[in-house]
Amino acid sequence: MDPVRFETHPDRYKHWKLAVDGDRARLVMQVDPEHPMKPGYELKLNSYDLSVDIELADATQRIRFEHPEVRVVTITSETDRCFCSGANIYMLGMSTHSFKVNFCKYTNETRLFIEDASRNSGLRFLAACNGATAGGGYELALACDDIVLVDDGSSTVSFPETPLLAVLPGTGGLTRLVDKRNVRRDRADVFCTLAEGMRGKRSIEWGLVDAIYPKSKFQEGVKERADALAAQVADVVRGPAVTLAPLKPSFEDNAYRYKYVTLEVDRAARTGVLTVSAPSEAPPSDAKAMVAQGSDLWSLRCFRELHDALLQLRFNEPEIGMITVRTTGKAEHVLAADKALLANQDNGFLREVKLLQARVLRCYDLTARSFFAVAEQDSCFAGILLELALGADRFYMLEDDDEEVGLWTSEANAGAYLSSNGLSRMQLHFFHTPEMIDKALSRGREGMIPSVEADSFGLPTIVADEIDFEDELRIAIEERASLSPDALTGMEASLRFPGPETMETKIFARLSAWQNWIFTRPNATGAQGALTLYGQPERAHFDYKRT
Amino acid sequence: MSELDEKIPNNVGLSTDKRLQRALEKWQPNYINWWKEMGPLGHQADNVYLRTAISVESGGWANFDHVKMPDYRWGIFLEPKTEGKTIGFGDELGKPVWDEVPGEHRNALRRLIVTQGDTEPASVEQQRRLGDTAPSMYDMRNLFQVNVEEGRHLWAMVYLLHRYFGRDGREEAEDLLNRRSGDDDKPRILGAFNEPTNHWLSFFLFAMFTDRDGKYQLAALAESGFDPLARTCSFMLTEEAHHLFVGETGVGRIVQRTCELMKKDPNDDARAQGGIDLPTLQKYINQWYSVCLDLFGGESSSNAADAFAAGLKGRYKEQSRFEDHVCLEGVKDMTFVEGNKLVTKEVAVRTAMNEYLREDYIVDCQRAVDRWNKTIESAGINFTLKLPSSRFHRSIGNYAEHSFDPEGNLISAAEFEAKKGEWLSTPEDEIYVTSIMKPCLEPGKIANWIAPPRRGINGQPFEYEYVKLA
Repeated sequence: MDPVRFETHPDRYKHWKLAVDGDRARLVMQVDPEHPMKPGYELKLNSYDLSVDIELADATQRIRFEHPEVRVVTITSETDRCFCSGANIYMLGMSTHSFKVNFCKYTNETRLFIEDASRNSGLRFLAACNGATAGGGYELALACDDIVLVDDGSSTVSFPETPLLAVLPGTGGLTRLVDKRNVRRDRADVFCTLAEGMRGKRSIEWGLVDAIYPKSKFQEGVKERADALAAQVADVVRGPAVTLAPLKPSFEDNAYRYKYVTLEVDRAARTGVLTVSAPSEAPPSDAKAMVAQGSDLWSLRCFRELHDALLQLRFNEPEIGMITVRTTGKAEHVLAADKALLANQDNGFLREVKLLQARVLRCYDLTARSFFAVAEQDSCFAGILLELALGADRFYMLEDDDEEVGLWTSEANAGAYLSSNGLSRMQLHFFHTPEMIDKALSRGREGMIPSVEADSFGLPTIVADEIDFEDELRIAIEERASLSPDALTGMEASLRFPGPETMETKIFARLSAWQNWIFTRPNATGAQGALTLYGQPERAHFDYKRT
Repeated sequence: MSELDEKIPNNVGLSTDKRLQRALEKWQPNYINWWKEMGPLGHQADNVYLRTAISVESGGWANFDHVKMPDYRWGIFLEPKTEGKTIGFGDELGKPVWDEVPGEHRNALRRLIVTQGDTEPASVEQQRRLGDTAPSMYDMRNLFQVNVEEGRHLWAMVYLLHRYFGRDGREEAEDLLNRRSGDDDKPRILGAFNEPTNHWLSFFLFAMFTDRDGKYQLAALAESGFDPLARTCSFMLTEEAHHLFVGETGVGRIVQRTCELMKKDPNDDARAQGGIDLPTLQKYINQWYSVCLDLFGGESSSNAADAFAAGLKGRYKEQSRFEDHVCLEGVKDMTFVEGNKLVTKEVAVRTAMNEYLREDYIVDCQRAVDRWNKTIESAGINFTLKLPSSRFHRSIGNYAEHSFDPEGNLISAAEFEAKKGEWLSTPEDEIYVTSIMKPCLEPGKIANWIAPPRRGINGQPFEYEYVKLA
């Protein structure tokens, strides 16, 4: 299969139309059935595959950066009697387990991006469900702030996954139903087993949608709801508009190269090296000059590249399980970039840059690969790049005689970038010794913290001198690469997030985890499983033993 | 016989079924209101010579009398139960039939019943304006007979919803009265049932082609492992036969009259004589037939496969015509459009269930067309009516979104647009056909564009006063 590419542009969309008119944007889903991501299935009835969601993610991102005037985004379709019928079942049926898991993770992240924009960027999203809204289609609607359903006597919102396919509405559906929309859990139980879904008054009574309108009043109703949403948008500074230029990476056999990020892979060893570079020169410090750099601003470009590299890793390198994370360049440039960015949060564009960095770091936390951060000579684990070390599963530091190897803290580590469960990576790291956070940060304000001293604060996992370091690291990597990838995924996901749960972590840790288990069970994907046999003449046969 | 049984003839033990009584108490008045609001316009007070089913015994289902339509005794009848019956097809083959709804299939069954049920009131609504332009009293009576029986078919489906589907069933039954054909805000479920039947040519073609789809759907449901549905549909089929008769002979009488008018005209021009010329009739046949083929659903359908596998919907005469009732083996060749070509591919038999039913329907339609052609031939006229290819003018299934000529050749959309007026009825045709629909309401007289029937209803002569206008 051709490698998946994640960069796109509205000019090249096959499945969506983005139209901006004043403070309103319309995102119209019009899936082209003839252009699935790979041959073998048709995207009928506005069903989606990864290529459709890549465009949705792109559009959401561009609205934030390129259309700061927009306040309300209406997501709808122009397909008669059909809003969206969810993920394409035939696509799921013919996909590998690894692809399915990553597809769901990607679509989950896209919906979280929508909610992030609503929470932080002075935007509101309206799902104008002009027809059948099923499965992933309703999950998309649930990610919006307001759901309007056409009341035509037949269009429903529905979660047919469990009764029809023996899987879950795994793109946040179950979680959002009870955690976000506060649908009573017993009613949610009824709804999630009712293949045909619910319509009309009862969908309102149960809180499944916010408003219903007959067909003749639908457009008018949608406009009224959009007006109401526009009036309640938080007063958040937006703009100026900055165009997101293509990243233009170069992809080689064993390497993905961007301007500031490189991912090199060793397929025989099943390992990779992710290297992030500091800005090559001192970044600008005033907002005007930063805006003038546009999407070339290091703080933005570097993290867009990192996001793309993580996606390449997830989708195109399924066997590269062990990643060493390295940084290179001048720490002072990273710290200067952090300082300039965080000092200028009254600029709408720079606000968006910070929000994007936060999202990319969360994607990093949620990538199911082993990450060992490695600090050696020329490393610059400083400020926001230190987040990569704090978010890694382990952090190895070289102890050198000249004390040139170390790390640098900044404001970026003091709660500016929260993980999915609402804690900073410092808080996650020092979950049982929170008093160490202030100590480390106040020491960091004095300058670089060399390896041995960093160890005394408990920041690195392993510190080794020049004689031991190379072997120590090599053995750790080889050992890690030999362990079961499934066990590692479960172990890492459990250990990375000590502390509280949020809706977001519940989506990944509870819903996705169960979904991924169900995906491997014969009742869904065995020879006689419901997902396997969907659309086939034969019906599913279940093993009725409960766990 | 209790008062209730007198009011609502039935063989389902209504007088002792509390649940059914409670449901009907509320639904029945709403049904009557719906009938008065959406039933035949302007003829509710007429006395119409209608047949009423009062029992399923031989002769019991055909009692004729003059009656006002709102006073019609709509009843609930199922074919008598056969003890020891087993499921005749699918994964549950050979197990006892279900007398109650199996939970596993509850939603699928409800959907089948609601979709079927919705077409019944829809057709009454579509035809509500036709009374005033009836070509004869005989035809007017037939229209109203069809209408009241579509109403009874609604009752039959509502009975199943009330009796077997609890609260959800009652809500669905209400909704069957709330949707309206052609209403943008609460349309009937199937697209074809939202177009009004504007004139009598369309009515006859509806009864010929659309009701014939109904016959095949009912026949497929009459095979169902859910026995009450099977028995209900079996009884409905006896009534449906009259509707098909009205359609087939109606078109046949038009053909006959057209031939007479052609002979009368110096240029063989039936239109010049105020009739419906054969090329125009052909266009209407193309239109109605192709739309009705869509009603069978996609050629290759996983829903159809599921319904067969679950034992809910079988094939036409499943028991007598087929040996393999499981159908997990074997394939059916089917044509698909790929690029700019027609290609043949194999489709699993279960997935092809819609197509099997459609094929039987096509054979049945062709038989009727052959009869009409005999009439033309014996009049010595050189013209043959044809059913277009099943690929022509389709909007559901393998051929939707592609263009074909009536012979089934793949053509461009532009070509289709250019030729459309030769193949399908045009707005001008509609204006013309509507213009000749002059009512003829004197017993024994008939409009110019249609021939009288060979015989009347229930042994009565054509001249009989079938409708006593109020």
